[in-house]
Amino acid sequence: MSQQPPMIQITNLSKAYGKNTVLHDISLDVPQGGSVALIGPSGSGKSTLLRCINLLEEPSAGSIRVDSQVMEFGPRSQRPGGARLAGFRAETGMVFQSFNLFPNMTVIENVMAGPLYVKHVPRDAARAQALELLDRVGMAHKADVSPSNLSGGQKQRVAIARALAMQPKVMLFDEATSALDPQLVGEVLGVMRDLAAAGMTMVVVTHEMAFARDVADTVVFMSGGYVVEKGPAHDVIENPQEDRTKEFLRHFHVGRN
Amino acid sequence: MSYQWDFGLVWHYAPLLGTGIEYTLGLTVVTSVIGMVIGTCLALCQQSRMWFISVPLGMVSEVFRCTPSLVQLIWCYYALPIVLGITLSPMAAALLALSIYGGVFYGEIFRAGLRSIDPGQWDGARALGMTSWTMMRRVILPQVLRRMVGPMVSQTVLQLKNTSLVSVVTVPDLVYQGQMVASATYRPLEVYTTIAILYFLILFPLTQLSRLLERRWA
Repeated sequence: MSQQPPMIQITNLSKAYGKNTVLHDISLDVPQGGSVALIGPSGSGKSTLLRCINLLEEPSAGSIRVDSQVMEFGPRSQRPGGARLAGFRAETGMVFQSFNLFPNMTVIENVMAGPLYVKHVPRDAARAQALELLDRVGMAHKADVSPSNLSGGQKQRVAIARALAMQPKVMLFDEATSALDPQLVGEVLGVMRDLAAAGMTMVVVTHEMAFARDVADTVVFMSGGYVVEKGPAHDVIENPQEDRTKEFLRHFHVGRN
Repeated sequence: MSYQWDFGLVWHYAPLLGTGIEYTLGLTVVTSVIGMVIGTCLALCQQSRMWFISVPLGMVSEVFRCTPSLVQLIWCYYALPIVLGITLSPMAAALLALSIYGGVFYGEIFRAGLRSIDPGQWDGARALGMTSWTMMRRVILPQVLRRMVGPMVSQTVLQLKNTSLVSVVTVPDLVYQGQMVASATYRPLEVYTTIAILYFLILFPLTQLSRLLERRWA
């Protein structure tokens, strides 16, 4: 087996707000094409960890490498400037619980925003790519409507297309289905499943245990800002070793397939 | 005994009132534009994480928010020249006081507008790799500006009415000119009625326009 360096490498990462430490010395590697599900109770730090990967939250210490870009944090490291941060974030796509589509743009303009305003791709090319992506998530027929006219599931699929338009090396999903009506969850999970199958490197914060088990290859259980347990998805969900993981998973009824 | 209204004499002095309108409109346009620039800078600087910028500016803006603009105007005209050892023409003092006064309030409107934007919008824009400037220009400002139209027009209406204060430092705006006409004709009732109507005719279309824009952009 060839030793390929991991796509995402998180090393000794900590995050504190004042004296309140929310992430304790976390190290995590995600191989190219891997998909990791972060699970855990609310307040466990999983969303914060995810937001640290694309530096929406600035870690207090440690380092993060995504592909070839490394960011170091800590008392001896200089804080990265705005342009450097922006360049780092442009390589990762992120999908939020609350969609965060831009209401001042149509659906297709949302998908074109990154390529147009960040990469300065010509408008025609950006449009062609956006249509292709919207088609991929089954939203091409809504290209010219305002995001406010879409259902939650549709909004989230557009948000995924918008993130993909930057051709990111990594996709981060922050509870992407938590704000959706139950009958709309499936359509978004379907798109995420396709992405994982197509070899996208993904980190997914989720409460969908069945999805974590079936789609992710690694599951990381976090509690109180620590990684309590991590391992192959099926093992952690079906046969957790740590008491806290067992206790947490007891609250979920994970259907078998 | 009933009062005999006679607007004929006022009409005779129309050119004087015309000059007054020019000054009033000119002052409004200039102080509003400068005020908006000041306000934008204030709002953006107060967003700044650098306390040595945001704290002093916040204090300055509170001073201007919590004192009457008439007092500021008089202070700028009489006291400021002594403090700084310069001379200020009435017009310069008027422009200075009204621009800063307007700026502080425009700044508040802008700040409230920025704060009203869902934090998720900033996240969404940042996650795409936008720099602060791109994010402001493409995502935040287009949303803020729409919400700001109504309050901005209201503030500009106030700004225009506030220009009437400059008459106390002898800038020949509509009110000052009206005082001249009133003392020349001994017809203050007709003169001030006329002036009130003139203000209304200028401002009413403006408030209607803002209603229209707000409805269109709602």
